[in-house]
Amino acid sequence: MKLITAIIKPFKLDAVREKLTALGIEGMTVTEVKGFGRQKGHREIYRGAEYAVNFLPKVKIEVAVTADLAQSVVEAMTLAARTGQIGDGKIFVTGIEHTVRIRTGETDRDAL
Amino acid sequence: MTTWKRACRWLAVAAGLVMSTITPALAATPKFDSGDTAWMLTSSALVLMMTIPGLALFYGGMVRKKNVLATLAQSFGATCIITVLWMVIGYSLAFTPNAHAGLNQLIGGVNELLLGKLALNSVSPLAPTIPESVYMFFQMTFAIITPALIAGALADRMKFSAFMWFMSLWLIFVYCPIAHWVWGGGWLGSMGALDYAGGTVVHLNAGTAALVTCLVLGRRVGYGTENMAPHNLVLSVIGASLLWVGWFGFNAGSAVAANANAGMAAAATQIATAAAAMAWTACEWVVLKKPSVLGMISGAVAGLVAITPASGFVDAQGALIIGALAGFVCYLSAVHMKKWLGYDDALDAWGVHGVGGALGAMLTGALAKHAINASGSGWLFDGNAHQMLVQFYDVAATFIYCAIVTFIILKLIDVTIGLRVSREVEIEGLDINLHGEIVHG
Repeated sequence: MKLITAIIKPFKLDAVREKLTALGIEGMTVTEVKGFGRQKGHREIYRGAEYAVNFLPKVKIEVAVTADLAQSVVEAMTLAARTGQIGDGKIFVTGIEHTVRIRTGETDRDAL
Repeated sequence: MTTWKRACRWLAVAAGLVMSTITPALAATPKFDSGDTAWMLTSSALVLMMTIPGLALFYGGMVRKKNVLATLAQSFGATCIITVLWMVIGYSLAFTPNAHAGLNQLIGGVNELLLGKLALNSVSPLAPTIPESVYMFFQMTFAIITPALIAGALADRMKFSAFMWFMSLWLIFVYCPIAHWVWGGGWLGSMGALDYAGGTVVHLNAGTAALVTCLVLGRRVGYGTENMAPHNLVLSVIGASLLWVGWFGFNAGSAVAANANAGMAAAATQIATAAAAMAWTACEWVVLKKPSVLGMISGAVAGLVAITPASGFVDAQGALIIGALAGFVCYLSAVHMKKWLGYDDALDAWGVHGVGGALGAMLTGALAKHAINASGSGWLFDGNAHQMLVQFYDVAATFIYCAIVTFIILKLIDVTIGLRVSREVEIEGLDINLHGEIVHG
């Protein structure tokens, strides 16, 4: 079992969700987050006052899948979230030790 | 039933007593003009509406979310403390004559302390067709909004206690003398300075104090690195709109009558305001590529400010010129000059009210028309170039006197109770620390 965490540009969320549903993924968790990477921040001026935007808004998607699906999920996400510009985001894949579906008590593969 | 009868008997006695005391006064009732009185009552309420809720919302929307209530408290607190002080001493100092003719050029008298002589049918020589109670109330609403405007420069960082002291001392030592100089029989009015509704007395005066205050206080923590954009521009738009509507009481009310001058002042106000909003917006659109909502409402306020001294003296075309120039010049001062010089006039009280007030005062000298108001002849239409010099004296005297006395008042408060909140309080927010409340619980 793998946990796939993707940090993407907010306007790409729907495209990624569509691709993953097409792959048969039945659930995901989405969080609005802020951060910076190579895109870094920038400076803006509002009404004559300058300020730094150090953290840019991003969306974090978390999907738990069986190990055999992980590669295709990562590929689908990469394709759907890419603009080719700096700031497209990152995808992290980590292992999952144990999964439980709270309603039924099913575990691991059955719970995904 | 007996108690009821007894109560009726007491009432009859009381009514008799009241009648016997007021009957002689009724005999000497001056002829008030009911139309003038009705309009001035309305105007007074309109001008009060400019401060609460107009200015309170305009400023309240522009600050960050942690300081909204503190900003509202400033407008509301100023309204209350100044009302009381106006009753105690302010009206007397500004609008009643000083027994000493020489001193009267500088400050009014102290005969009306606590409004002790204000009777039902009192009349001020400055407003002969309405009861003095109405005139006193009308001028009170001007005295309220003028210091309250300064709050735009000190937003986000002044102690509430220091603010209340500042408002009180500034009213007595800055507003009252200057209002007396121009409107109360003092030297600027005698010299012929034209200030219909307060371009220098109200706006340049408050703007100058704002500039001095933000220089004495210093910049807000995080200025130049943190985003200090308004937390809720909807509030500011409502506030600016209330200011706009209330301003008809301010300018048209300054006719102190329901007559043709009031009508012309109202028309000029509407035209200048719209022109200024469009001019500011056009500047932003061209230079910054986006017409911001904050720019649009700031432009409108700039137009209102600049037409204030001129309304009642200029015609519709003069109003259009004043409005357009005000939008352009105040845009430059609030957006570019502020950045260039680096002072933190948080909500642009100097950039809009100070600069707009001075510009309006000078343009009044240029564009005043004898045909519109016999008491004002300007340079361009009537060939009275001397008026420009008088207007310049008015602007310079207001700026210099206000700057010096404001500085002294601020320094006095600073060495006694302190002006500014601690760094920790400023970062956490004034609402929770000074007032124990937050805007969304």
